[in-house]
Amino acid sequence: MKYAVLVYETNDDFAAREDQRAKQYWDGHGAYAGALQAAGIFTGGAGLKPPHAATTVRLRGGARQVVDGPYADIKEQLGGFYLIEVENLDAALAWAEKCPGAQTGSIEVRPLIEMNQ
Amino acid sequence: MSAAALAERVARESYGRLLALLSARTRDVAAAEDALSDAFAAALMAWPRAGVPDNPEAWLFAAAKRKLIDAARRAKTAADGEAEIVRGIEEMEAEMSARAIPDQRLGLMFACAHPAIEASVRTPLMLQAVLGFSAERIAAAFLLEPTAMGQRLVRAKKKIRDAGLGFDVPGPEHWRQRIDAVLDVIYAAFASGWSDPLGVDAERVGLAEEAIWLGRVLVSQVPDEAEALGLLALMLHLEARRPARRDSERRFVPLDEQDVALWTRALIEEAELTLHRASALNRAGRYQLEAAIQSAHASRAWRGAVDWDAIVLLYQALGELTGSPVARLNAAAAIAQRDGPEAGYEAAEAAGAYFPILRDYQPYWALMADLCAKLGRKEAARVAYDEAIARETDGAVVAFLTQRRDNL
Repeated sequence: MKYAVLVYETNDDFAAREDQRAKQYWDGHGAYAGALQAAGIFTGGAGLKPPHAATTVRLRGGARQVVDGPYADIKEQLGGFYLIEVENLDAALAWAEKCPGAQTGSIEVRPLIEMNQ
Repeated sequence: MSAAALAERVARESYGRLLALLSARTRDVAAAEDALSDAFAAALMAWPRAGVPDNPEAWLFAAAKRKLIDAARRAKTAADGEAEIVRGIEEMEAEMSARAIPDQRLGLMFACAHPAIEASVRTPLMLQAVLGFSAERIAAAFLLEPTAMGQRLVRAKKKIRDAGLGFDVPGPEHWRQRIDAVLDVIYAAFASGWSDPLGVDAERVGLAEEAIWLGRVLVSQVPDEAEALGLLALMLHLEARRPARRDSERRFVPLDEQDVALWTRALIEEAELTLHRASALNRAGRYQLEAAIQSAHASRAWRGAVDWDAIVLLYQALGELTGSPVARLNAAAAIAQRDGPEAGYEAAEAAGAYFPILRDYQPYWALMADLCAKLGRKEAARVAYDEAIARETDGAVVAFLTQRRDNL
Protein backbone atom coordinates (compact mmCIF):
# COMPACT_ATOMS: atom_id res chain seq x y z
CA MET A 1 0.00 0.00 0.00
CA LYS A 2 1.06 3.55 -0.70
CA TYR A 3 0.99 6.04 2.14
CA ALA A 4 1.63 9.73 2.62
CA VAL A 5 3.65 10.42 5.76
CA LEU A 6 2.52 13.95 6.61
CA VAL A 7 4.85 15.87 8.90
CA TYR A 8 3.05 18.39 11.14
CA GLU A 9 5.50 20.78 12.79
CA THR A 10 5.34 23.21 15.71
CA ASN A 11 6.42 26.84 15.44
CA ASP A 12 9.62 25.81 17.18
CA ASP A 13 10.23 23.09 14.57
CA PHE A 14 9.91 25.69 11.83
CA ALA A 15 12.32 27.98 13.74
CA ALA A 16 14.79 25.10 14.05
CA ARG A 17 15.20 25.09 10.29
CA GLU A 18 16.97 28.45 10.45
CA ASP A 19 18.60 28.96 13.84
CA GLN A 20 21.64 27.25 15.34
CA ARG A 21 19.77 23.91 15.10
CA ALA A 22 19.47 24.14 11.29
CA LYS A 23 22.21 21.63 10.51
CA GLN A 24 20.73 19.09 12.91
CA TYR A 25 17.26 19.68 11.44
CA TRP A 26 18.25 19.24 7.79
CA ASP A 27 20.66 16.39 8.48
CA GLY A 28 17.86 14.58 10.31
CA HIS A 29 15.48 14.75 7.39
CA GLY A 30 18.27 14.00 4.93
CA ALA A 31 19.18 10.84 6.85
CA TYR A 32 15.51 9.85 7.07
CA ALA A 33 14.96 10.25 3.32
CA GLY A 34 18.15 8.28 2.76
CA ALA A 35 16.91 5.46 4.97
CA LEU A 36 13.58 5.34 3.10
CA GLN A 37 15.46 5.13 -0.20
CA ALA A 38 17.85 2.48 1.09
CA ALA A 39 14.82 0.39 2.16
CA GLY A 40 13.40 0.72 -1.35
CA ILE A 41 10.10 2.18 -0.16
CA PHE A 42 10.52 5.89 -1.01
CA THR A 43 8.30 7.04 -3.87
CA GLY A 44 8.35 10.82 -3.44
CA GLY A 45 7.96 13.74 -1.11
CA ALA A 46 8.66 17.42 -0.53
CA GLY A 47 9.45 19.87 2.22
CA LEU A 48 7.18 22.88 2.47
CA LYS A 49 8.13 26.45 3.33
CA PRO A 50 6.73 27.69 6.65
CA PRO A 51 3.04 28.68 7.02
CA HIS A 52 3.83 32.40 6.76
CA ALA A 53 4.50 31.75 3.07
CA ALA A 54 1.08 30.16 2.53
CA THR A 55 -1.82 31.78 0.70
CA THR A 56 -5.30 30.24 0.64
CA VAL A 57 -7.84 30.69 -2.15
CA ARG A 58 -11.54 29.77 -2.18
CA LEU A 59 -14.18 30.18 -4.87
CA ARG A 60 -17.57 30.96 -3.33
CA GLY A 61 -20.54 31.72 -5.57
CA GLY A 62 -18.14 32.49 -8.35
CA ALA A 63 -16.24 35.01 -6.25
CA ARG A 64 -12.55 34.46 -5.63
CA GLN A 65 -11.43 34.94 -2.03
CA VAL A 66 -7.73 35.06 -1.39
CA VAL A 67 -6.42 35.24 2.15
CA ASP A 68 -3.01 35.29 3.73
CA GLY A 69 -1.92 32.17 5.60
CA PRO A 70 -2.70 28.45 5.74
CA TYR A 71 -6.29 27.19 5.52
CA ALA A 72 -6.66 26.71 9.26
CA ASP A 73 -4.92 28.34 12.17
CA ILE A 74 -3.79 25.36 14.23
CA LYS A 75 -0.83 24.78 16.52
CA GLU A 76 0.94 22.33 14.23
CA GLN A 77 1.19 23.00 10.51
CA LEU A 78 2.04 20.77 7.58
CA GLY A 79 5.79 21.13 7.06
CA GLY A 80 6.34 18.48 4.41
CA PHE A 81 5.53 14.94 3.40
CA TYR A 82 7.10 11.68 2.33
CA LEU A 83 5.40 9.17 0.02
CA ILE A 84 6.18 5.54 0.77
CA GLU A 85 5.05 2.12 -0.38
CA VAL A 86 4.93 -0.61 2.30
CA GLU A 87 3.03 -3.78 3.18
CA ASN A 88 0.46 -2.37 5.60
CA LEU A 89 -0.40 0.27 8.18
CA ASP A 90 1.87 -1.21 10.83
CA ALA A 91 4.86 -0.98 8.49
CA ALA A 92 3.90 2.62 7.62
CA LEU A 93 3.55 3.54 11.31
CA ALA A 94 6.90 1.93 12.09
CA TRP A 95 8.54 4.18 9.48
CA ALA A 96 6.53 7.25 10.52
CA GLU A 97 7.73 7.04 14.12
CA LYS A 98 11.31 7.19 12.86
CA CYS A 99 10.67 10.53 11.13
CA PRO A 100 12.55 13.34 12.91
CA GLY A 101 9.32 15.37 13.24
CA ALA A 102 7.71 12.63 15.40
CA GLN A 103 9.69 13.73 18.46
CA THR A 104 8.30 17.26 18.63
CA GLY A 105 5.39 17.45 16.18
CA SER A 106 2.90 14.90 14.84
CA ILE A 107 3.11 12.53 11.91
CA GLU A 108 -0.15 11.68 10.15
CA VAL A 109 -0.17 8.51 8.06
CA ARG A 110 -2.76 8.51 5.29
CA PRO A 111 -3.20 5.93 2.50
CA LEU A 112 -3.06 7.20 -1.07
CA ILE A 113 -5.89 6.55 -3.50
CA GLU A 114 -4.34 4.09 -5.89
CA MET A 115 -5.40 4.45 -9.50
CA ASN A 116 -5.31 1.32 -11.64
CA GLN A 117 -2.99 1.96 -14.56
CA MET B 1 -31.37 -32.77 11.51
CA SER B 2 -33.12 -30.93 8.68
CA ALA B 3 -31.10 -29.23 5.96
CA ALA B 4 -32.34 -25.84 7.15
CA ALA B 5 -31.34 -26.55 10.76
CA LEU B 6 -27.97 -27.82 9.61
CA ALA B 7 -27.45 -24.74 7.43
CA GLU B 8 -28.17 -22.59 10.48
CA ARG B 9 -25.75 -24.54 12.62
CA VAL B 10 -22.95 -24.31 10.04
CA ALA B 11 -23.76 -20.61 9.67
CA ARG B 12 -23.27 -20.12 13.38
CA GLU B 13 -20.22 -22.33 13.80
CA SER B 14 -18.36 -21.23 10.68
CA TYR B 15 -19.29 -17.56 10.59
CA GLY B 16 -16.13 -16.09 12.09
CA ARG B 17 -13.80 -18.51 10.31
CA LEU B 18 -15.33 -17.76 6.90
CA LEU B 19 -15.51 -14.03 7.48
CA ALA B 20 -11.87 -13.87 8.58
CA LEU B 21 -10.84 -15.81 5.49
CA LEU B 22 -12.94 -13.74 3.10
CA SER B 23 -11.75 -10.41 4.46
CA ALA B 24 -8.09 -11.22 5.11
CA ARG B 25 -6.88 -10.28 1.63
CA THR B 26 -9.33 -7.53 0.68
CA ARG B 27 -9.49 -6.10 4.25
CA ASP B 28 -13.09 -5.28 3.43
CA VAL B 29 -15.02 -6.72 6.39
CA ALA B 30 -18.34 -5.12 5.38
CA ALA B 31 -18.20 -6.55 1.83
CA ALA B 32 -17.29 -9.99 3.21
CA GLU B 33 -20.25 -9.81 5.64
CA ASP B 34 -22.63 -9.02 2.78
CA ALA B 35 -21.23 -11.82 0.60
CA LEU B 36 -21.42 -14.29 3.49
CA SER B 37 -25.00 -13.45 4.36
CA ASP B 38 -25.95 -13.87 0.66
CA ALA B 39 -24.18 -17.24 0.68
CA PHE B 40 -26.07 -18.38 3.79
CA ALA B 41 -29.35 -17.33 2.18
CA ALA B 42 -28.41 -19.32 -0.93
CA ALA B 43 -27.60 -22.36 1.23
CA LEU B 44 -31.02 -22.18 2.90
CA MET B 45 -32.56 -22.29 -0.58
CA ALA B 46 -30.31 -24.95 -2.11
CA TRP B 47 -29.59 -27.47 0.66
CA PRO B 48 -33.14 -28.57 1.46
CA ARG B 49 -33.62 -29.39 -2.24
CA ALA B 50 -30.24 -30.73 -3.36
CA GLY B 51 -29.03 -32.09 -0.03
CA VAL B 52 -26.31 -30.84 2.28
CA PRO B 53 -22.89 -30.80 0.58
CA ASP B 54 -20.07 -33.00 1.91
CA ASN B 55 -18.12 -29.98 3.08
CA PRO B 56 -20.66 -27.28 3.96
CA GLU B 57 -18.00 -24.73 4.88
CA ALA B 58 -16.27 -25.08 1.52
CA TRP B 59 -19.64 -24.74 -0.24
CA LEU B 60 -20.39 -21.54 1.68
CA PHE B 61 -16.91 -20.21 1.02
CA ALA B 62 -17.22 -20.82 -2.73
CA ALA B 63 -20.67 -19.16 -2.84
CA ALA B 64 -19.49 -16.15 -0.82
CA LYS B 65 -16.39 -15.84 -3.00
CA ARG B 66 -18.57 -15.60 -6.13
CA LYS B 67 -20.69 -12.92 -4.46
CA LEU B 68 -17.55 -10.96 -3.53
CA ILE B 69 -16.25 -11.05 -7.10
CA ASP B 70 -19.67 -10.03 -8.46
CA ALA B 71 -19.80 -7.14 -6.02
CA ALA B 72 -16.29 -6.04 -7.00
CA ARG B 73 -17.27 -6.13 -10.68
CA ARG B 74 -20.34 -4.02 -9.98
CA ALA B 75 -18.45 -1.48 -7.88
CA LYS B 76 -15.42 -1.32 -10.18
CA THR B 77 -14.19 1.84 -8.57
CA ALA B 78 -10.69 3.10 -9.03
CA ALA B 79 -9.96 2.54 -5.36
CA ASP B 80 -10.66 -1.17 -5.15
CA GLY B 81 -9.78 -2.66 -8.47
CA GLU B 82 -11.47 -5.86 -9.49
CA ALA B 83 -8.25 -7.52 -10.56
CA GLU B 84 -6.74 -7.01 -7.13
CA ILE B 85 -9.74 -8.49 -5.36
CA VAL B 86 -9.90 -11.49 -7.67
CA ARG B 87 -6.18 -12.07 -7.14
CA GLY B 88 -6.61 -11.85 -3.37
CA ILE B 89 -9.42 -14.38 -3.44
CA GLU B 90 -7.43 -16.74 -5.64
CA GLU B 91 -4.56 -16.51 -3.17
CA MET B 92 -6.72 -17.46 -0.24
CA GLU B 93 -8.32 -20.26 -2.20
CA ALA B 94 -4.88 -21.68 -2.87
CA GLU B 95 -4.29 -21.74 0.89
CA MET B 96 -7.48 -23.59 1.52
CA SER B 97 -7.33 -27.33 1.04
CA ALA B 98 -10.48 -29.29 0.30
CA ARG B 99 -11.08 -30.18 3.94
CA ALA B 100 -9.25 -27.81 6.21
CA ILE B 101 -10.16 -24.16 6.38
CA PRO B 102 -7.29 -22.18 7.89
CA ASP B 103 -8.27 -20.27 10.99
CA GLN B 104 -7.49 -16.61 10.44
CA ARG B 105 -9.81 -15.37 13.12
CA LEU B 106 -6.96 -14.37 15.40
CA GLY B 107 -5.54 -12.18 12.64
CA LEU B 108 -8.93 -10.54 12.23
CA MET B 109 -9.19 -10.05 15.99
CA PHE B 110 -5.80 -8.37 16.18
CA ALA B 111 -6.79 -6.09 13.28
CA CYS B 112 -9.96 -5.13 15.19
CA ALA B 113 -7.87 -4.48 18.33
CA HIS B 114 -5.40 -2.22 16.48
CA PRO B 115 -4.71 1.12 18.19
CA ALA B 116 -5.69 2.77 14.86
CA ILE B 117 -9.28 1.68 15.64
CA GLU B 118 -11.18 3.83 18.12
CA ALA B 119 -10.83 2.16 21.53
CA SER B 120 -14.53 1.92 22.43
CA VAL B 121 -15.46 0.04 19.26
CA ARG B 122 -12.69 -2.61 19.34
CA THR B 123 -14.55 -5.15 21.46
CA PRO B 124 -17.94 -4.71 19.71
CA LEU B 125 -16.18 -5.02 16.36
CA MET B 126 -14.57 -8.31 17.35
CA LEU B 127 -17.85 -9.66 18.74
CA GLN B 128 -19.55 -8.93 15.45
CA ALA B 129 -16.80 -9.96 13.03
CA VAL B 130 -15.51 -13.06 14.80
CA LEU B 131 -18.56 -14.35 16.66
CA GLY B 132 -21.33 -13.05 14.44
CA PHE B 133 -23.14 -11.13 17.19
CA SER B 134 -25.78 -8.79 15.74
CA ALA B 135 -25.43 -5.03 16.16
CA GLU B 136 -28.63 -5.08 18.27
CA ARG B 137 -27.25 -7.68 20.65
CA ILE B 138 -23.94 -5.83 21.00
CA ALA B 139 -25.71 -2.48 21.46
CA ALA B 140 -27.78 -3.98 24.29
CA ALA B 141 -24.66 -5.32 25.99
CA PHE B 142 -22.89 -1.97 25.72
CA LEU B 143 -25.95 0.09 26.66
CA LEU B 144 -26.04 1.95 23.36
CA GLU B 145 -28.71 2.63 20.76
CA PRO B 146 -28.47 0.02 17.96
CA THR B 147 -28.21 2.77 15.32
CA ALA B 148 -25.34 4.46 17.17
CA MET B 149 -23.54 1.14 17.59
CA GLY B 150 -24.21 0.31 13.92
CA GLN B 151 -22.66 3.59 12.79
CA ARG B 152 -19.54 3.05 14.89
CA LEU B 153 -19.12 -0.44 13.50
CA VAL B 154 -19.50 0.79 9.92
CA ARG B 155 -16.93 3.53 10.53
CA ALA B 156 -14.45 1.08 12.02
CA LYS B 157 -14.83 -1.34 9.10
CA LYS B 158 -14.16 1.48 6.64
CA LYS B 159 -11.04 2.35 8.58
CA ILE B 160 -9.81 -1.25 8.44
CA ARG B 161 -10.45 -1.41 4.70
CA ASP B 162 -9.01 1.96 3.71
CA ALA B 163 -6.10 2.37 6.11
CA GLY B 164 -4.51 -0.94 5.13
CA LEU B 165 -4.51 -2.66 8.53
CA GLY B 166 -2.65 -5.97 8.47
CA PHE B 167 -4.62 -9.13 9.34
CA ASP B 168 -1.78 -10.79 11.16
CA VAL B 169 -0.95 -11.78 14.68
CA PRO B 170 1.57 -8.99 15.31
CA GLY B 171 5.05 -9.40 16.69
CA PRO B 172 5.59 -9.29 20.47
CA GLU B 173 6.37 -5.56 20.47
CA HIS B 174 2.84 -4.85 19.22
CA TRP B 175 0.70 -7.67 20.56
CA ARG B 176 1.20 -6.61 24.20
CA GLN B 177 -0.85 -3.45 23.70
CA ARG B 178 -3.56 -5.29 21.79
CA ILE B 179 -3.83 -8.60 23.55
CA ASP B 180 -5.99 -7.38 26.43
CA ALA B 181 -8.86 -6.55 24.06
CA VAL B 182 -8.47 -9.95 22.36
CA LEU B 183 -8.51 -11.77 25.71
CA ASP B 184 -11.57 -9.81 26.85
CA VAL B 185 -13.52 -10.79 23.74
CA ILE B 186 -12.63 -14.46 24.04
CA TYR B 187 -13.72 -14.37 27.67
CA ALA B 188 -16.93 -12.48 26.80
CA ALA B 189 -17.76 -15.21 24.27
CA PHE B 190 -17.02 -17.90 26.84
CA ALA B 191 -19.13 -16.18 29.49
CA SER B 192 -22.02 -15.86 27.07
CA GLY B 193 -21.96 -19.60 26.38
CA TRP B 194 -21.26 -20.41 30.05
CA SER B 195 -24.45 -18.68 31.19
CA ASP B 196 -26.42 -21.26 29.19
CA PRO B 197 -25.05 -24.55 30.60
CA LEU B 198 -27.63 -26.81 29.00
CA GLY B 199 -27.29 -25.29 25.54
CA VAL B 200 -30.95 -24.34 25.18
CA ASP B 201 -30.33 -20.90 23.63
CA ALA B 202 -29.54 -21.30 19.92
CA GLU B 203 -27.56 -18.04 19.88
CA ARG B 204 -25.23 -19.24 22.62
CA VAL B 205 -24.80 -22.90 21.94
CA GLY B 206 -21.19 -23.83 21.25
CA LEU B 207 -19.85 -20.39 22.23
CA ALA B 208 -17.95 -21.71 25.25
CA GLU B 209 -16.25 -24.42 23.15
CA GLU B 210 -15.46 -21.86 20.42
CA ALA B 211 -13.89 -19.57 23.01
CA ILE B 212 -11.75 -22.40 24.38
CA TRP B 213 -10.69 -23.27 20.85
CA LEU B 214 -9.70 -19.63 20.20
CA GLY B 215 -7.85 -19.59 23.53
CA ARG B 216 -5.87 -22.66 22.47
CA VAL B 217 -5.03 -21.14 19.08
CA LEU B 218 -3.94 -17.92 20.80
CA VAL B 219 -1.71 -19.77 23.25
CA SER B 220 -0.09 -21.67 20.40
CA GLN B 221 0.69 -18.42 18.58
CA VAL B 222 1.81 -16.32 21.54
CA PRO B 223 3.11 -19.07 23.85
CA ASP B 224 4.89 -16.85 26.35
CA GLU B 225 1.95 -14.60 27.14
CA ALA B 226 1.06 -15.32 30.75
CA GLU B 227 -2.43 -13.84 30.61
CA ALA B 228 -3.38 -15.84 27.49
CA LEU B 229 -2.40 -18.98 29.40
CA GLY B 230 -4.29 -17.70 32.44
CA LEU B 231 -7.45 -17.15 30.42
CA LEU B 232 -7.23 -20.61 28.87
CA ALA B 233 -6.75 -22.17 32.33
CA LEU B 234 -9.74 -20.23 33.67
CA MET B 235 -12.01 -21.35 30.83
CA LEU B 236 -10.89 -24.99 31.14
CA HIS B 237 -11.57 -25.03 34.89
CA LEU B 238 -15.06 -23.62 34.40
CA GLU B 239 -15.84 -25.88 31.45
CA ALA B 240 -14.79 -28.92 33.48
CA ARG B 241 -17.78 -28.31 35.80
CA ARG B 242 -20.42 -28.12 33.08
CA PRO B 243 -21.78 -31.68 33.72
CA ALA B 244 -22.27 -30.86 37.42
CA ARG B 245 -23.94 -27.45 37.16
CA ARG B 246 -27.46 -28.79 36.67
CA ASP B 247 -28.95 -31.93 38.19
CA SER B 248 -30.80 -34.64 36.29
CA GLU B 249 -33.94 -32.52 36.49
CA ARG B 250 -32.12 -29.47 35.07
CA ARG B 251 -32.08 -27.74 38.43
CA PHE B 252 -29.31 -25.31 39.35
CA VAL B 253 -26.58 -26.77 41.60
CA PRO B 254 -24.35 -24.23 43.39
CA LEU B 255 -20.60 -24.78 43.12
CA ASP B 256 -20.16 -25.92 46.73
CA GLU B 257 -22.82 -28.58 46.33
CA GLN B 258 -21.65 -29.94 42.98
CA ASP B 259 -20.72 -33.63 42.82
CA VAL B 260 -16.99 -33.57 42.09
CA ALA B 261 -17.23 -36.99 40.47
CA LEU B 262 -19.10 -35.29 37.62
CA TRP B 263 -16.31 -32.80 36.94
CA THR B 264 -14.26 -33.52 33.80
CA ARG B 265 -10.88 -34.51 35.25
CA ALA B 266 -8.98 -34.23 31.93
CA LEU B 267 -10.00 -30.57 31.59
CA ILE B 268 -9.02 -29.82 35.19
CA GLU B 269 -5.60 -31.41 34.64
CA GLU B 270 -5.07 -29.41 31.45
CA ALA B 271 -6.16 -26.25 33.30
CA GLU B 272 -3.67 -26.91 36.10
CA LEU B 273 -0.81 -27.51 33.67
CA THR B 274 -1.72 -24.38 31.73
CA LEU B 275 -1.87 -22.25 34.88
CA HIS B 276 1.45 -23.70 35.99
CA ARG B 277 3.02 -22.61 32.67
CA ALA B 278 1.53 -19.15 33.18
CA SER B 279 2.90 -18.71 36.70
CA ALA B 280 6.36 -19.79 35.55
CA LEU B 281 6.43 -16.64 33.37
CA ASN B 282 6.20 -14.50 36.50
CA ARG B 283 3.79 -11.87 35.20
CA ALA B 284 0.63 -11.87 37.29
CA GLY B 285 -2.64 -10.65 35.86
CA ARG B 286 -6.40 -10.71 36.13
CA TYR B 287 -7.02 -13.97 34.29
CA GLN B 288 -4.29 -15.84 36.13
CA LEU B 289 -5.78 -14.73 39.46
CA GLU B 290 -9.24 -15.84 38.36
CA ALA B 291 -7.82 -19.17 37.17
CA ALA B 292 -6.02 -19.61 40.50
CA ILE B 293 -9.34 -19.04 42.32
CA GLN B 294 -10.99 -21.72 40.20
CA SER B 295 -8.01 -23.98 40.81
CA ALA B 296 -8.54 -23.60 44.56
CA HIS B 297 -12.20 -24.58 44.12
CA ALA B 298 -11.19 -27.54 41.95
CA SER B 299 -8.86 -28.86 44.67
CA ARG B 300 -12.01 -30.01 46.52
CA ALA B 301 -12.03 -32.91 44.03
CA TRP B 302 -8.89 -34.44 45.55
CA ARG B 303 -8.50 -32.79 48.95
CA GLY B 304 -12.15 -33.00 49.92
CA ALA B 305 -12.07 -29.43 51.22
CA VAL B 306 -11.63 -25.95 49.76
CA ASP B 307 -8.77 -23.69 50.87
CA TRP B 308 -10.91 -20.66 51.71
CA ASP B 309 -7.98 -18.70 53.07
CA ALA B 310 -6.30 -18.85 49.65
CA ILE B 311 -9.54 -17.86 47.91
CA VAL B 312 -10.03 -14.83 50.18
CA LEU B 313 -6.50 -13.64 49.45
CA LEU B 314 -6.83 -14.23 45.71
CA TYR B 315 -10.13 -12.32 45.50
CA GLN B 316 -8.61 -9.47 47.51
CA ALA B 317 -5.64 -9.35 45.12
CA LEU B 318 -8.01 -9.42 42.15
CA GLY B 319 -10.07 -6.59 43.64
CA GLU B 320 -6.95 -4.49 44.17
CA LEU B 321 -5.69 -5.18 40.64
CA THR B 322 -8.95 -4.53 38.77
CA GLY B 323 -11.02 -2.40 41.16
CA SER B 324 -13.85 -4.81 40.40
CA PRO B 325 -16.93 -4.64 42.68
CA VAL B 326 -17.63 -8.30 41.87
CA ALA B 327 -14.18 -9.34 43.15
CA ARG B 328 -14.87 -7.48 46.39
CA LEU B 329 -18.24 -9.22 46.75
CA ASN B 330 -16.71 -12.63 46.07
CA ALA B 331 -14.05 -11.93 48.68
CA ALA B 332 -16.89 -11.33 51.15
CA ALA B 333 -18.50 -14.65 50.20
CA ALA B 334 -15.15 -16.40 50.77
CA ILE B 335 -14.70 -14.61 54.13
CA ALA B 336 -18.10 -16.00 55.15
CA GLN B 337 -16.85 -19.50 54.36
CA ARG B 338 -13.58 -18.98 56.19
CA ASP B 339 -14.65 -16.91 59.24
CA GLY B 340 -18.39 -17.56 59.49
CA PRO B 341 -21.58 -15.76 58.41
CA GLU B 342 -21.20 -12.80 60.80
CA ALA B 343 -17.81 -11.78 59.34
CA GLY B 344 -19.07 -12.48 55.82
CA TYR B 345 -22.15 -10.33 56.36
CA GLU B 346 -20.01 -7.42 57.53
CA ALA B 347 -17.68 -7.75 54.55
CA ALA B 348 -20.58 -7.98 52.08
CA GLU B 349 -22.32 -4.99 53.62
CA ALA B 350 -19.09 -2.98 53.42
CA ALA B 351 -18.69 -3.99 49.75
CA GLY B 352 -22.27 -2.86 48.98
CA ALA B 353 -21.67 0.47 50.75
CA TYR B 354 -18.40 1.04 48.88
CA PHE B 355 -19.84 -0.04 45.50
CA PRO B 356 -23.56 0.95 45.44
CA ILE B 357 -23.80 -0.68 41.98
CA LEU B 358 -23.65 -4.05 43.75
CA ARG B 359 -27.12 -3.37 45.17
CA ASP B 360 -28.44 -3.92 41.65
CA TYR B 361 -26.59 -7.22 41.21
CA GLN B 362 -28.32 -10.55 41.76
CA PRO B 363 -25.38 -12.36 43.45
CA TYR B 364 -25.13 -9.58 46.06
CA TRP B 365 -28.70 -10.25 47.21
CA ALA B 366 -28.30 -14.02 46.97
CA LEU B 367 -25.25 -13.82 49.24
CA MET B 368 -27.02 -11.47 51.69
CA ALA B 369 -30.04 -13.79 51.74
CA ASP B 370 -27.88 -16.84 52.45
CA LEU B 371 -25.93 -15.09 55.23
CA CYS B 372 -29.09 -13.67 56.86
CA ALA B 373 -30.63 -17.13 56.80
CA LYS B 374 -27.54 -18.61 58.47
CA LEU B 375 -27.68 -15.86 61.09
CA GLY B 376 -31.31 -16.71 61.80
CA ARG B 377 -32.67 -13.42 60.45
CA LYS B 378 -35.50 -14.93 58.44
CA GLU B 379 -37.36 -11.77 57.49
CA ALA B 380 -34.21 -10.03 56.17
CA ALA B 381 -33.34 -13.23 54.29
CA ARG B 382 -36.79 -13.35 52.69
CA VAL B 383 -36.51 -9.73 51.52
CA ALA B 384 -33.02 -10.37 50.11
CA TYR B 385 -34.18 -13.49 48.24
CA ASP B 386 -36.98 -11.43 46.68
CA GLU B 387 -34.44 -8.81 45.59
CA ALA B 388 -32.23 -11.54 44.08
CA ILE B 389 -35.12 -13.25 42.26
CA ALA B 390 -36.23 -9.93 40.76
CA ARG B 391 -32.77 -9.52 39.19
CA GLU B 392 -32.30 -13.01 37.72
CA THR B 393 -33.32 -14.06 34.21
CA ASP B 394 -32.12 -17.71 34.23
CA GLY B 395 -35.17 -19.83 35.09
CA ALA B 396 -33.12 -22.57 36.80
CA VAL B 397 -31.48 -20.04 39.13
CA VAL B 398 -34.84 -18.35 39.85
CA ALA B 399 -36.25 -21.77 40.81
CA PHE B 400 -33.25 -22.41 43.07
CA LEU B 401 -33.57 -19.05 44.84
CA THR B 402 -37.34 -19.43 45.20
CA GLN B 403 -36.90 -22.83 46.81
CA ARG B 404 -34.35 -21.49 49.26
CA ARG B 405 -36.68 -18.65 50.15
CA ASP B 406 -39.64 -20.96 50.68
CA ASN B 407 -37.54 -23.28 52.87
CA LEU B 408 -36.72 -20.49 55.32
